[in-house]
Amino acid sequence: MLKGLSLEIERGELFCLLGPSGCGKTTVLNLLAGFEQPAGGAIQVDGRPVTAPGVERTVVFQGDDSLYTWLTAVENVEFGLRLAGVAPERRRATAERYLDLVGLRGQGHKYPSQLSGGMKQRIQIARALVCESPILLMDEPFAALDAQTRSTLQDELIGIWQQTGRTVLFITHDIGESILLANRVGLMTAGPEARMKTIVPVDLARPRRRSDPAVGALYERLADMVSEEVRRAGALR
Amino acid sequence: MSVASAGKVAEASAKTTAARGRLGIPAVLVPVLSVCALVLLWQVVSATFFPPVLFPTPVMVGKALVGEVASGRLLKDSVVSLRRIFAGFVLGCTIGAGLGLLMGAVRLARRGLDPFIQFGRFVPSISLLSPALIWFGIGEGSKLFLITYTTTFIVLLNTLAAVLSVPRNKIRAAQSLGATRWQLFRLVMLPASLHGIFTGMRVGMGLSFTTVVAAEMIAADTGLGYLIINSRLWFQTDVVFVGIITLGTLGYLTDRIFQALIHRLAGRYAPTH
Repeated sequence: MLKGLSLEIERGELFCLLGPSGCGKTTVLNLLAGFEQPAGGAIQVDGRPVTAPGVERTVVFQGDDSLYTWLTAVENVEFGLRLAGVAPERRRATAERYLDLVGLRGQGHKYPSQLSGGMKQRIQIARALVCESPILLMDEPFAALDAQTRSTLQDELIGIWQQTGRTVLFITHDIGESILLANRVGLMTAGPEARMKTIVPVDLARPRRRSDPAVGALYERLADMVSEEVRRAGALR
Repeated sequence: MSVASAGKVAEASAKTTAARGRLGIPAVLVPVLSVCALVLLWQVVSATFFPPVLFPTPVMVGKALVGEVASGRLLKDSVVSLRRIFAGFVLGCTIGAGLGLLMGAVRLARRGLDPFIQFGRFVPSISLLSPALIWFGIGEGSKLFLITYTTTFIVLLNTLAAVLSVPRNKIRAAQSLGATRWQLFRLVMLPASLHGIFTGMRVGMGLSFTTVVAAEMIAADTGLGYLIINSRLWFQTDVVFVGIITLGTLGYLTDRIFQALIHRLAGRYAPTH
């Protein structure tokens, strides 16, 4: 599916991986997370090869079926600490702190079924942050949300990223989203045998506004490149 | 203001529809009425077209019921059948859920046991009655074996299906949070499968009733199955119907109790609670 794809992400960077649907963005994430193994080539974090999932690379999934429906919000958030054997009172206190961070103070006792789509994604983010993993892998986490909630969560993600200093790989097919969030946007070619087409630095001051002409200009540039890939994929099929 | 009151009106009318339905009959009365209607139909049909020995009227069955309760035979046979069902049910649930979880979690076990499962699920328990009688005798052993066999299969298949259908992202999330294999099983796969396991147990309970009656009809001198088959030999058709109605009622009550227990003790494991 991927071929000759090369990508380096800096520590503390918010990197957006952008590409036409079906090009293998999620495969890149699965490889980095250690869910899948590459047939060839190598994946390294801090110079060490990635061979399995690990707590230094936590994942926020698209959709909410990764949440544990039988656990309350706070129990979901503290799940990683429970796995690590942290004492109940200490892990509860830490989880509450992260619930605050994602704007869910006082909602910890609710079950996922009692929460809206946006709140569920917030829980996923808190759950991924709680282990203090330096790397956060996010697979189109806001794709299924309504425009209003998505925009709010984008702003909040920037705030959390700036506050916590994590390295974030954010996968999206939304060009506007990638420009608002990223230090750099990596654009993939359409499959089969997808690779990086280009990497575009986004040197715009934060907070960024969609109405900013510089954002608009970059949007045009990226949109042209994406449609070129979509056309090429169409011609191949 | 008007929006708020409109909302209230909608809510109120929704409540009325749920409690009363379209015809204005209170919802709780509907099943009562349908049962009454069926009994009435039964009375008319049996009294008009059949001699009592072929199809007794509900009144005759009611009298027979009183007689059987008074003599203590109905209670004794019910207790015997229920005890057989519960013993086999508990044993079958334990084996079935255990093996199902093992097969779901360990690929080697799944591959190794699969041929037996695929074969065994087409072998009805009652076809094993003959070897069961030879091996375990005519007493409780053969019944326990058959009910256990029935329950084991249905619980095992449901458990396996439940474990295999745990969403992949639930497993991957735990892996990326550092779960060991055992933690993954205990904290994700098991709780995510519980609802499916309980569903299998409910079906298994129903099949246990079927199996015990079949076994008691062929080889027993107690139990509701024996009561039915023995009464037929004496042309006590009314008692046959007493046995049938007792079976249905006991099954229904058992299922309701089981459901309430599941809801009470494991409600949070239902997929959409």
